[in-house]
Amino acid sequence: MSKMINLTINGIAVSIEQSKTVLEAAEKLNITIPVLCYHKDLCIAGNCRVCVVEQIGSQKLIPACATPVFEGMEIQTNSLVVRNSRKHIIELLLSEHNADCTKCYKNGSCELQELASEYKITNSDFIDLVPLKNYKYDDLSPSIIKDDSKCIRCQRCVRTCNEIQHLSALEVAYKGDHMKISTFAEKPMNDVVCSNCGQCIIHCPTGALVEKNYIEEVWDALGDPNKHVVVQTAPAVRVGLGEEFESKSGDRVTGKMVAALKRLGFDSVLDTDFSADLTIMEEGTELLTRLKQALVDGDKKVQLPMFTSCSPGWIKFVEHTFPEYLNNLSTCKSPQQMFGALAKTYYAQKRSIPAENIVSVSVMPCTAKKFEANRPEMRDSGYQDVDYVLTTRELAIMIKQAGIEFNNLEQDNFDKLMGNSTGAAVIFGATGGVMEAALRTAYEIVTGREVPFKNLEILPVRGIEGIKEASILIENPVDDWKFLDGVELKCAIAHGLENAHQLMTNLKNGKSEYHFVEIMACPGGCLGGGGQPIPTSPEIRKKRMEAIYAEDGAMPLRKSHENPEIVQIYKEFLDKPLGHKSHKLLHTHYTPRERY
Amino acid sequence: MGKKQLRRVDLIFANDDDYLQILKKSLDIPTEEIINEMINSGLKGRGGAGFPTGLKWKLTGESKGKQKYIICNADEGEPGTFKDREILTQVPYKVLTGMAVAAKVAGATKGYIYLRGEYRFLVPLLNKEIEKFHVLCKDAGLDFKVEIFLGSGAYICGEESALMESMEGKRGEPRNKPPYPTEVGYMGKPTVINNVETLAHTFTILKYGAKKFRDLGVQDSRGSKLFSVSGDTPIPGIYELELGMTVQDFVDDFSDGDCKAVQVGGASGFLVPRKRFAETNIGYQGKLTGISLPTGGSMMLFNSSRSMFNVLDNYLDFFQEESCGQCTPCRVGCQQLVKGIEAVKRGDKPASYLDKLLKLTDTMKYTAKCGLGQSVANSFQSIVENFREEMIY
Repeated sequence: MSKMINLTINGIAVSIEQSKTVLEAAEKLNITIPVLCYHKDLCIAGNCRVCVVEQIGSQKLIPACATPVFEGMEIQTNSLVVRNSRKHIIELLLSEHNADCTKCYKNGSCELQELASEYKITNSDFIDLVPLKNYKYDDLSPSIIKDDSKCIRCQRCVRTCNEIQHLSALEVAYKGDHMKISTFAEKPMNDVVCSNCGQCIIHCPTGALVEKNYIEEVWDALGDPNKHVVVQTAPAVRVGLGEEFESKSGDRVTGKMVAALKRLGFDSVLDTDFSADLTIMEEGTELLTRLKQALVDGDKKVQLPMFTSCSPGWIKFVEHTFPEYLNNLSTCKSPQQMFGALAKTYYAQKRSIPAENIVSVSVMPCTAKKFEANRPEMRDSGYQDVDYVLTTRELAIMIKQAGIEFNNLEQDNFDKLMGNSTGAAVIFGATGGVMEAALRTAYEIVTGREVPFKNLEILPVRGIEGIKEASILIENPVDDWKFLDGVELKCAIAHGLENAHQLMTNLKNGKSEYHFVEIMACPGGCLGGGGQPIPTSPEIRKKRMEAIYAEDGAMPLRKSHENPEIVQIYKEFLDKPLGHKSHKLLHTHYTPRERY
Repeated sequence: MGKKQLRRVDLIFANDDDYLQILKKSLDIPTEEIINEMINSGLKGRGGAGFPTGLKWKLTGESKGKQKYIICNADEGEPGTFKDREILTQVPYKVLTGMAVAAKVAGATKGYIYLRGEYRFLVPLLNKEIEKFHVLCKDAGLDFKVEIFLGSGAYICGEESALMESMEGKRGEPRNKPPYPTEVGYMGKPTVINNVETLAHTFTILKYGAKKFRDLGVQDSRGSKLFSVSGDTPIPGIYELELGMTVQDFVDDFSDGDCKAVQVGGASGFLVPRKRFAETNIGYQGKLTGISLPTGGSMMLFNSSRSMFNVLDNYLDFFQEESCGQCTPCRVGCQQLVKGIEAVKRGDKPASYLDKLLKLTDTMKYTAKCGLGQSVANSFQSIVENFREEMIY
C-alpha cells in the first residue's frame, strides 16, 4: 500500500494515498469542488481553473484537479478569494459562450449552465465577446454537430479523441483570443479522419458537440398513417436508458423500454438482438470458412485474422488508418444493417406491407450508426435499409416529450418476427461479447459440444482490460471440421480505438498472431458508446457491463443458433449462412479512405 | 555634478580568452563545491523569476534518472528585451561553459539551446562555436553534446514548461506544476533550464569565484545584471549594472530629462511612476524599506508625450494574442481587459468599470496557469492605478 498523506480541507482532517490530488481528497470528505475540464476518463489538463482552491501559505490559488496532496497541506475550498475567483472564471467562460440556453440542445444537461446557475451569475457586465468571434457551426456530418459558439475550450474532446481514440480528429488550433478546437485545416467533421464514434459528445460539458438528432423526422413518420414504422433496439440501450430517468446506472429496463416504444406509436417494436444472433451465424460461418480456405486449401488470398465488423466507428478507423487490412474485416454487415435490410425484404413480405411504406428506425448507443445507415452501400433492400438512427439519449427525449412516466411503466415484450433473441446477442453490447457469442456457436458447430466453460460464461474474453487475448483448443471435432483437430484458435479483443491501434500495430509488426479479433470503437464496447447517457465514467461503464451479463444469464436461450426465429429465417428466406440471399442482403464491402 | 553615478560593470561582455582553462578547471572541481559556489554567489535566474541557480542545479542533480538535460532558454521574447541576443553573439562560449558545468553537476550528457525563431541568423555562428566546444569537452573528458532547437515565434514558449512541450513536438502550452523541471522536465526527465544571461554569469563565478559576484549588489539581489534600455532615452542599449539601484538613479543616468514613468521588466513587468522613482529598487526581494522589482532586464522609459492608455492597450493587445489560450483566466481575461479599457475610453463603460477590471486582474494573478497570465496584472494594475485619468479621458 502506498504512503498515506495527512491534510486538512476546510479544517477537516483527511488522509489519502500519496499521489492523489486535492480533488480526490475533497471527494473523500464529500466536499464538492466544481470542475469543467476534469473528466475521470481523461488525463489531467488543469486548464479551465474553476476548481481552484486556496492553499494556506501559497500566494496563488491552486487547481484541485491537478495538484497532488502533500503532508500538512491546508486547503480552503470556499474562502472569499476562492469564491470570487471562481465566479470570475465562470463569468469569463460565459462571455465567450453563446448562452442562448433556452434554444440549446443541451439545455438542462449542460455543465456550464449548471455552474452558472449554482453561482447565480445574473449580473455579469463583462463584454459579450461572442459577436466579435467568427464562430463556425458545422452540421455536415450525419452523426455529430460541432458548434464552436458553445465551446469553452476545456479540451476534453481533444483529449478524448487523442487518448481514447487515437485519432486526433479534433485538435487545438491557433493561440490567444483565436484559440479554438478545430479539425485538420478546419474541414467539416464529415471530411476528416473522424470515426463518428461520438466519444467527444459524451465528454463535452456543453452544447459544442452534440449528436445530429432525427427526433422530428421520427415523429413525422410516426404521425404518418401511411407509414409502417418499425423500430429495433440495440443491446446496450436497455442497460443505459434507465439512467436518463434517474435510475441507478446498471439498471436493466428492457421491458419498460419496449413498453415506452409501443406507447410512442411504433407499429412494431423489434430487437437488434435478433440480427445479432443472425450476425453470429453469418460471421461464425465466415470465420470457419476462412480457416478452411487458409488451412486446408492453402488459399493465399484469404486474410487472417478476421476482424469483426459490428462497430461502424472501428470500420471507419480501419478505412482511414489501416486500409491495407480491409480484406481482414468480416464482410458481415453490422446487426443494425442486417436488420434494416431484412425489415424491407423478409419482414415486408411476411407482413405483406410494401417496402416503400416501411420506415425503419433504430435506437443505438452509438452516433457512428447514423453515419453507417447513410453509407451508400447500405441500400441492398432497394431502399435505404435503416431510415433513421436515434441514440439512447434521443429516445429518452422522445419518451419525455410524449409525457410517458417511464419509471411507472409495466414491462412489455418485443413483438414477434425479428423480435426474438438469445443471451449471446445481448452480450454484443459489452467488449468481448461478440467473441463470446461467436465462440459459443462456432465451437459447437465444430465439435458438436458446448464450449467448455461453466454456464457458457467464457470469462477470459470478459472484463474491461484494454486488450484481451484468449485461445481455445479444438479437440475431437465432428467429421466436417476434422482439419481443425488440435488447432488452438487464437483470439484477441480490443475496445477503444487507442487499444485498437495498439493491437493493429503489434499485428502489423508481426508481434502477435491471431485467427479472430473483435474490436469495438468505444471504451467498454457499445455500453460505453457515444450515444449513451451522459455522464460516462469507468464506474458507470462497469455497472452497465454487469447488467449486460446479468441480462444474458437471465435469458432462456444463450446460443445464437438456438434462436427459433433464426432457424425459421434460414428455412423460409435465407437458405443458409453465406448463401446467395445472405450474400446480397447481409454482407458488404469497405472503402479505403485518406488520413487527411 | 554631485549626482550619484550608477556603477557600470563590465564582466559579461569582457572577452576572456582563457575559457578553455576555466572549463577544464571547473570540471575538476568536485560537484558539491561547484554547487556551494553557485549558492554562495547568490546568483538568481536572470529570466525574471529569480530562482536560485545553484539550488536548481543541485535539485536536478539529486533527481533520479539516467537521462537528464540542460536547456539554455534563449527564447528571448519579452517586449523591450534584447540582451540575450548580444550575449550569444559576443560571448557564446561563456554560455556553453555554464551549460557544461551544469551538465557535470546534474549528470546530463545532452544540452539544447532553445533559440528564438527570429534569431535564426545566429545559427551558423552558434554552430561553429558549438563545434569548437564539443572538441574542448572531449579533451576535457566530458561527455556532453549541445544542439540548437529553433523556436517558432510564440511568446509563451519562453515559459519553461511550454518550451519543453514545444521541443517535444507538441503545442507550446505550459504544464501543471508541480512537478517542476528539476524532476520532470524535457521528455519527462530531470532538466536544468537556465536563461542565457544566467549561464553567462555562472562563467564569471567560475572564473573569479563567488565572492567577486557577491560583492556586487545588495542583500538578496547579488551581482550585476544586463539591462535592455529603450524608449525615451538618448542612449538606448544594453548596460551591465549592479543590482539594487533605485529607479531614480537609473532615470538620472538614462532619461531624456522628461521621464514620467519607467516600465520595469517589459510588458509583464511593472510601471513605476515618477513619484515612486526614489523608493523603488531593482532587484529580487524587498529591501527593508521601499518596493523592489524583479526584472528580466527590460527598462522602457516614457516621457510626458506618451499616452499611458496607448502603452497599456499595446501591452494587453500583445497578451491577448500571445496567450496560449488554454486557461480561462488568461485567454478570456486578456480579451476582457483590452475590450474593457477601450470601452471605458470610448465612454461605453463607466469609469468604475476599471475597478471591476482591476479585480479581474487579481483573479488572473491568483488563478492563471502560468507566469504569463499571472503577470498581466502587473502592468495593468500599476498603470491603471497610477494613470487612471489617462485611461478615462
